[in-house]
Amino acid sequence: MRVLAQMAMVMNLDKCIGCHTCSVTCKQAWTNRGGVEYAWFNNVETRPGQGYPRTYEDQDRWRGGWTLTRRGRLKLRSGSRLRKLATLFFNPHLPALSDYYEPWTYDYQNLITAPAGDDLPTAKPTAPITWSANWDDSLAGGPELAQHDPILKAMSERIRLEFEQAFMFYLPRICEHCLNPSCVASCPSGAIYKRTEDGIVLVDSDTCRSWRSCVTGCPYKKVFLNHQTGKAEKCTFCFPRIELGMPTVCAQTCVGRLRYIGVVLYDPDRVLEAASVRDEHSLIDAQKQVLLDPHDPSVIEAALRSGIPQDWVVAAQRSPVYSLIFDYQLALPLHPEYRTLPMVWYIPPLSPVVDAVRDTGFDGEDAANLFAAVEALRIPIGYLASLFTAGDPAPVREVLRRLVAMRAFMRDINLGRDPDESIPASVGMTGSQMYDMYRLLAIAKAEDRYVIPHAHREDAGAPNDGCSVPTPVSLPFPKVRQS
Amino acid sequence: MNTALWAVLPYLALTTFAGGLVWRYRYDKLGWTARSSQLHERRLLGLGSPLFHGGILLTALGHATGLLIPAGVTRALGMSDGVYKAMAVGVGGLAGLMTLAGLAILVFRRLTVRAVLRASLASDLVMYVLLGSTILIGLAITLSGNGHDYRASVAPWFRSVFAFQPAVDAIAKAPWAFQLHALIAWTLIAAWPFTRLVHAFSLPLGYLARPYIVYRSREASRGQALD
Ligand code: HEM
Ligand code: SF4
Ligand code: SF4
Repeated sequence: MRVLAQMAMVMNLDKCIGCHTCSVTCKQAWTNRGGVEYAWFNNVETRPGQGYPRTYEDQDRWRGGWTLTRRGRLKLRSGSRLRKLATLFFNPHLPALSDYYEPWTYDYQNLITAPAGDDLPTAKPTAPITWSANWDDSLAGGPELAQHDPILKAMSERIRLEFEQAFMFYLPRICEHCLNPSCVASCPSGAIYKRTEDGIVLVDSDTCRSWRSCVTGCPYKKVFLNHQTGKAEKCTFCFPRIELGMPTVCAQTCVGRLRYIGVVLYDPDRVLEAASVRDEHSLIDAQKQVLLDPHDPSVIEAALRSGIPQDWVVAAQRSPVYSLIFDYQLALPLHPEYRTLPMVWYIPPLSPVVDAVRDTGFDGEDAANLFAAVEALRIPIGYLASLFTAGDPAPVREVLRRLVAMRAFMRDINLGRDPDESIPASVGMTGSQMYDMYRLLAIAKAEDRYVIPHAHREDAGAPNDGCSVPTPVSLPFPKVRQS
Repeated sequence: MNTALWAVLPYLALTTFAGGLVWRYRYDKLGWTARSSQLHERRLLGLGSPLFHGGILLTALGHATGLLIPAGVTRALGMSDGVYKAMAVGVGGLAGLMTLAGLAILVFRRLTVRAVLRASLASDLVMYVLLGSTILIGLAITLSGNGHDYRASVAPWFRSVFAFQPAVDAIAKAPWAFQLHALIAWTLIAAWPFTRLVHAFSLPLGYLARPYIVYRSREASRGQALD
């Protein structure tokens, strides 16, 4: 068995307040340069909503990710290798800038040069503002906007009508650093690669040739073309920070402290098989089976034999990501049906259920009400299932039941009552497990949320200056115009 | 004068071409790209780019046949000069028209779509002027039905350049239009490495053979080039 290590993330959606701090700090760190004004490596979208770029989940239109051929072989949805070469001159499935949005700025000069008068001078936008990366922010599907949400469209007509009982939550997204990345597979020049040490997916700008196939290839639309340099750019999982044991910028600055980062071990030789499973509802289990149990002695031995350092194995054993996926069974992947085996996982939010209970006049904190609602509410659960389980409501219900149980269990404790062991037992847990889960979700300190081993340099051969970004060479000609 | 034009200039152009390519590849990999502008505009590009590229690649193939394969060889293969000529004018004319139509759309797009114009570099201007004039003259020659047999003048000289014994006399007797076409083409070749045209050397055929998922180790990924 070959073993590779993968940096992975979990986001706990109940805690996201939609403040966009993660997006802004990420932009300051990575995309505040010319040519990528429109690019948000981290974006936060309101669901239901169209997302960014708009309707990116409509793969009939944008052709991202993988599908199966009739004979069950995995193929890129955007077409065969030959077809990709034939469409190099023009890519028929590339989003236009207007599908992201036209970036704008403001005439700040006017603030200081406007003549004195009674009215406060304003900084007018330099171009008409018609759309943005979060245009439908917190609208939760005002009817004109939400009707274009590909997830809602796919749900049945009846459900769309019942949708008047609105619910809403935020979905922060970064590149998934997939185990089976279709961006990598789409690049004809082989310029995008997955790092063997930590699984981070990066673009090699030196070999990118502006074929823009990766943009189409990624179903999450998380590769962006820099329109000044013509090169692809994407989320780097903040690798210069990760290599030093620091969390990504989005995670560190997250106001809700809802992001967890850790190592998982996986078997690269099982990836293709897992991505090719026919039944979409079995994809999550297949994906989980690619990940290895870091406590299993045979896995440890294979990992060490595959060259994974001892401290990385230990980090994998302490990984909060592994706990949330396997020990607590809370985290689910985003759109497993794209078959890229994404490695940013999500704890689906309970808040839509709580809101629905409260809106109908019942006690939204009462466990019995919530348990009943988890079983009865078809709309929010169907919607969450379309996002996280390829439409299978059962795993979503299971996660939500655990979250309800945790609330009920902790409520007793916080009110000074005796904890009721039957509550965790009803979802297959013990009281102490449930208490640990609560600690990890609610009050964990940074060192428990981020378990990030340092990158190993001693075997690197070359002296290192502590920075993995190669020093840029500047030349007089030809130069990219900076505006 | 003839020596300068037909025996010196080609070598200057070829040296600049080769040296420029090596220099650009070594020191400006970040600039080695097709610099797609599809993000800004897709309708015209969808028409113009496939037309232009299809045409130019056919034209390149035609030039290779016409200039590198001596008339003797096609005759020996049993192709009469009449048939050759009909083919050259037919296929060449079609390729030329495709190229020109594509180019016209691309230039129109570049000048009229504001975002595309603003994303243009000085090198794009130089490229389009040289490319446009070469193509225009070349197509005019082909379609004018000019009776001149370039396989007895331009082609031997072109081959002689690569044999390092430039046959200046052969080209000197060709009509002026042929000479002008060749001169501008050499200039285009000299300018090639300094424009986005370098992308023509990056046709990623390796894609057909490599595994889908590319893994690289952290250290190996520093400044490594694949194509
Ligand atoms: C060898 C195969 C070639 C491939 C795969 C290729 C591919 C491309 C691509 C992807 C673009 C960018 C289109 C966009 O804006 O999205 C482009 C642009 C361009 N290519 Fe090529 N190309 C090839 C050969 C050539 C050759 C031989 C020439 C000319 C001699 C050429 C001339 C151009 C020009 C002038 C543009 C700019 C079009 C514009 O105005 O935006 N290409 N090419
Ligand atoms: S999410 Fe990231 S790794 Fe996965 S296909 Fe898209 S860009 Fe590639
Ligand atoms: S910083 Fe955290 S809470 Fe704020 S939008 Fe981002 S993920 Fe949500």
